[in-house]
Amino acid sequence: MSVMDALAEAGAKPAGKRPWFLDEEVETILAITMAVAQELAVTRQRADTLERLLEEKNLLSREEIETFRPSAEASVERALANQEYLARILRIVQQRNEAAKQPNDISSEDVGNDLAARS
Amino acid sequence: MSQPQRNTPAAAYEGPPDYRALGHHGAFPQVSHDEIERINFLAQMNRHLAARVVPGVKSAYETSVEPAFRKRHGRPIADRHEARKALLEHPAFNLWSALRRMTMEQRQQAGRWTVIRQREALAEKVADLTRDDDALQLDSSVAVPRYVAAVDHHCMPGSYHSEYFAGDVTNGANYDHAGFVTTAGLLGRYNDGAGKAVVGWVQKNLPDFRPQDILEIGCTVGHSALPIAQAWPDARMVGVDIGAPVLRYGLARAKSLGVNNIRFVQADGEDLSRFPDESFDWIQTTMFLHELSTTALARIFRETRRLLRPGGIVLHVEQPQYTPDMPMFEQAMRDWDAFYNNEPFWSRMHEMDLDAEMVAAGFARQNLIHGNATGVVDRDLFPDAAEDDTEDYGRKAAWRVIGGIA
Repeated sequence: MSVMDALAEAGAKPAGKRPWFLDEEVETILAITMAVAQELAVTRQRADTLERLLEEKNLLSREEIETFRPSAEASVERALANQEYLARILRIVQQRNEAAKQPNDISSEDVGNDLAARS
Repeated sequence: MSQPQRNTPAAAYEGPPDYRALGHHGAFPQVSHDEIERINFLAQMNRHLAARVVPGVKSAYETSVEPAFRKRHGRPIADRHEARKALLEHPAFNLWSALRRMTMEQRQQAGRWTVIRQREALAEKVADLTRDDDALQLDSSVAVPRYVAAVDHHCMPGSYHSEYFAGDVTNGANYDHAGFVTTAGLLGRYNDGAGKAVVGWVQKNLPDFRPQDILEIGCTVGHSALPIAQAWPDARMVGVDIGAPVLRYGLARAKSLGVNNIRFVQADGEDLSRFPDESFDWIQTTMFLHELSTTALARIFRETRRLLRPGGIVLHVEQPQYTPDMPMFEQAMRDWDAFYNNEPFWSRMHEMDLDAEMVAAGFARQNLIHGNATGVVDRDLFPDAAEDDTEDYGRKAAWRVIGGIA
């Protein structure tokens, strides 16, 4: 069996019409968000597994993680990484704010119609 | 600088155990670290929804939904259907419902991915455990009834019966290993707490009962049949189900757990004509009636009467029936599975007069049995169902027993 078949079958829809409790688009996004939340939980558990194994093998004390102080240079790198991360996940908010400042923004469809119009 | 505080392991923990506490038998799928953590997350999600989100839905019902209905209609909510429809207009109920539905769908995807990726190997393992064994009696002429085929129960794609290739056990293995998400460990190491509860109930209430032949209808992978077979090792146990994948997996599971006095037989509970009249001393169903149809339930009840020896007993274990004293909110919440989790008969079954059905099937009213049973689990590892106050409306391991003596 191919991986593609397994992926398709694992995510298959059960027989029976699906109920929607919210606006369908909103609920779709919520479902995607919850799947991401699930994967983040899995990743956090994996990091915890790694930390515990490293500690057991005396390669690392988890106290070192808890009390870790990055160098000045590393602090800047890490802060920038956080800023970039926030900007990425909140990009939709940025775009909505920009749109609010452009009351004369025109849609591509309207531009197309304009360009096709014969005067 | 203050030290960050880590969670204290010794702090009182209430919640599901780690999935790794489950027992692994010879037919159990291999489950990777991340696959386990997906299931752990979903078990915690169910716990979170029950413990921390449902109370908000309940207060929304009490402070907003119910008063708004009363104001609009000039009367209180009359039944659970009105309560559910009124709840559907409140965001608290809808958001909880959306999260619960997607947790169920994520559970199916997580469980099925694990099993599907290794299903050829699993089928071989099961074939090795069951080869040429007459304790497995499959019958491909058994038709899948509409009450099973129309919608997939608990949103499990393919339900109990779909086979993806000859010898397949996919849906049996998925049902077994990832059911942990729904039960959150309340059914114990081998998900057999309901069967153990039945054993305990019979030993306590019918101490002189010495069954020789026992039948379970709708046995799936034997979660409740095995504890019964183990508790009466001299008895002959038969489990019937319509699904070949659950039966194959069930026998392999039984054999690897050392239970050898059980047969798994493919049959429709409405037509057990392969067994002569008065073949059994005890007939059991466990969380099964709510998956039937009205006519199937009546026919199965009649079959149990026909198949029982004089003095034999039938026991059905189910979630509690709706009664007039059950609060309307609780009824509406218990009804959720009927409408949104593909349990179409759940709602109707829980309002039926089961005593009347038993009498119609030929049991004398004075010979009917009523009782309560709670899940029995390994208390060192698992929370005790009887002591868990979290109300999950339909998933709690506390059941009603209804039955009859032939």
